[in-house]
Amino acid sequence: MTEGADPIVIDEWRRVSPLSIAATSARDLVKGLLPAAFVLFGAARSENFAAAWIVFPVLLAILGLQLGVAWLQWSRQRYRIGANDVRLEQGVLSRSARSVPYDRIQDVSLEQKLLPRLLGLVEVRFETGAGGKEELRLAYVPEAEGERLREVVRSLVEHAEEPVATMDGEMAEEARPTPAESGSTLFAMGPRRLFIYGLFSFSLVIFAVILGAAQQFDFLFDFWGWADDFVEDERYRGAAEALAGYSLAAQVAAALYAVLTVIVVGMASGVAQVFVRDWGFLLERTAKGFRRRRGLLTKTDVVMPVHRVQALVVSTGWLRRRFGWHGLSFISLAQDSGKSDHEVAPFAKMLEIAPIAVEAGFALPDQDVRWWRPAPAYYFVRGLAVTLFVFVLLQIAVIVAAAEGARIWPLLLLIVPVAAWQAVRRWYLWRVERHALDATQVLSKRGWLSPRLQIASRVKLHSAAITQGPLGRWLGYCDLKLGLAGGTMAFHGLRRQDAYALRAEVLKSIVAADLGSLPR
Amino acid sequence: MHDDLIDPVPDIDPEPLTQLSPSYRTMMRVQGVLATLPLLVAGGVLALAGDIPAWVPGIAVLLVALVLIAYLPMKRWRHRGYHMAADRLRVVRGVMFHSDSVVPFNRVQHLDVEQGPLERAFGIARLILHTAGTHGSSVVLPGLDHAVAVDMREEIRAHVRREML
Repeated sequence: MTEGADPIVIDEWRRVSPLSIAATSARDLVKGLLPAAFVLFGAARSENFAAAWIVFPVLLAILGLQLGVAWLQWSRQRYRIGANDVRLEQGVLSRSARSVPYDRIQDVSLEQKLLPRLLGLVEVRFETGAGGKEELRLAYVPEAEGERLREVVRSLVEHAEEPVATMDGEMAEEARPTPAESGSTLFAMGPRRLFIYGLFSFSLVIFAVILGAAQQFDFLFDFWGWADDFVEDERYRGAAEALAGYSLAAQVAAALYAVLTVIVVGMASGVAQVFVRDWGFLLERTAKGFRRRRGLLTKTDVVMPVHRVQALVVSTGWLRRRFGWHGLSFISLAQDSGKSDHEVAPFAKMLEIAPIAVEAGFALPDQDVRWWRPAPAYYFVRGLAVTLFVFVLLQIAVIVAAAEGARIWPLLLLIVPVAAWQAVRRWYLWRVERHALDATQVLSKRGWLSPRLQIASRVKLHSAAITQGPLGRWLGYCDLKLGLAGGTMAFHGLRRQDAYALRAEVLKSIVAADLGSLPR
Repeated sequence: MHDDLIDPVPDIDPEPLTQLSPSYRTMMRVQGVLATLPLLVAGGVLALAGDIPAWVPGIAVLLVALVLIAYLPMKRWRHRGYHMAADRLRVVRGVMFHSDSVVPFNRVQHLDVEQGPLERAFGIARLILHTAGTHGSSVVLPGLDHAVAVDMREEIRAHVRREML
């Protein structure tokens, strides 16, 4: 084979190394043939021995088929390093042709697993940096060719960037209105704040932990054995009798005591959890971006570049909200952990959150924002749907009971409080849920007891889709989904004209700002 | 035969939509036939078994076939369309559940043109636009003539501007 030596010609269709047939077959054989061999041998041995001879032809046939398929796939696959993009065409029955423009390629990486390495092959991956997954891979090319591919494509990628080089300089200066001195603290939580945060983070996880521990260490004390005895020997009856023997006041006191214990334990475990996770919480603005450090046992240190922040989420809890506590997190393209949600101020007053938002290039909504409301029909339909569902369930219960001879039709009256509850809830939601559009951002406020405010930058959105079910079409409401790197921002139950107007506005700013002019 | 252009939301988005290739409708009919085949077999077995009158499964299969082969492909095809503007692609689809997506070209990360076996037989293809992001990050436009799909890909690719720092 001479493929190691021929130079890479632009716009010329090429094939991956024929040796990849061997490499991919071997890889698939390990996955497919070995189990098949075990099954066949097992079957041959368990039945009469005469059938054993068939095992080898069958295995050979599988091997041949595998090689044939691999060859076919190889022969139907080709790639091209073009003037503007990398192309890959493949598929025997189905055909797929992928085009990755150089302007989007972030990196070209080479990877060698054991078997390809023995054959002197390498896998080339072209990454566009969208969520860190590779968008195009060539498996496999000879090592030397892989190196050259990487060089050629890298130089082409750099070449593709040149025209913006001057513009970038301007953009960079513009895009930094507040060159914050490195390492200025934006937000920190001391032990006192953590303690309050912990009180609000009521958690019953500790009970699960205790049960789990009981299971883990049952060699030390026989918890389940004891629990079994408690039930089997009817010891619980003793406990119940003891309880029944108490006076009413004592019973109430006992119940209160139990509830209080659960609350205290829940709060204590909340505090413990918060202390372990958020000890020494410190958010700083450094030259590289936001830097967050926290943790008692495992310390984490995360740096998020400012321009990677796609959207903000301000959330709260039903109780902490009454005391003015909120949490701020960033939605960004995840690069550090698996999560795209980064807490930057988990427990703070709005006055503390606002400056952080400003630092990230966002602004919290003020009085001037013009809020839009979803369509009332949407809430009506949702409330009605839940009510009907409950009603059907009640009907079924009544009918089943009637078949058994029991008459429990008054159960149907339960629908009245359910309907009332739904009416109040949906009406309230319709009152508080809203969205808005200002010069640079899209805002959305959702939720009842613990409302959630989401703010996305208009120019950082990627797509906009409007969807409508049959009911929505009849009653004139729809959903608007805005594509966001690291998530979506969805508005449910918008009036149709609002959704289209909103989308038109958002698209205007997306089209005006090219991805290239945004720092990434 | 319809006009080349359809207009599902006249009051809001006035831009006319381009209809998909007529071969796509034919292909959906073939898919309908393929979906009916197992039913036909089952109906035949039921009829031969003789427990019920032969016309009962016959009528049922006929009705399903009418819906799958005659009605749905036509309806679906008529509700689908796209609009290729200078800077964005709009894809509209859905009979019961309507969806209307727009992807601006300058947000496209990479492009696919795909063909399944049936699509190859009818010379049509799917154009897929991928954008950055984790959820719903690609928009699929099925039922284009292969040549049209390739041309559209070239045009969109040319729009993917110089970028990156």
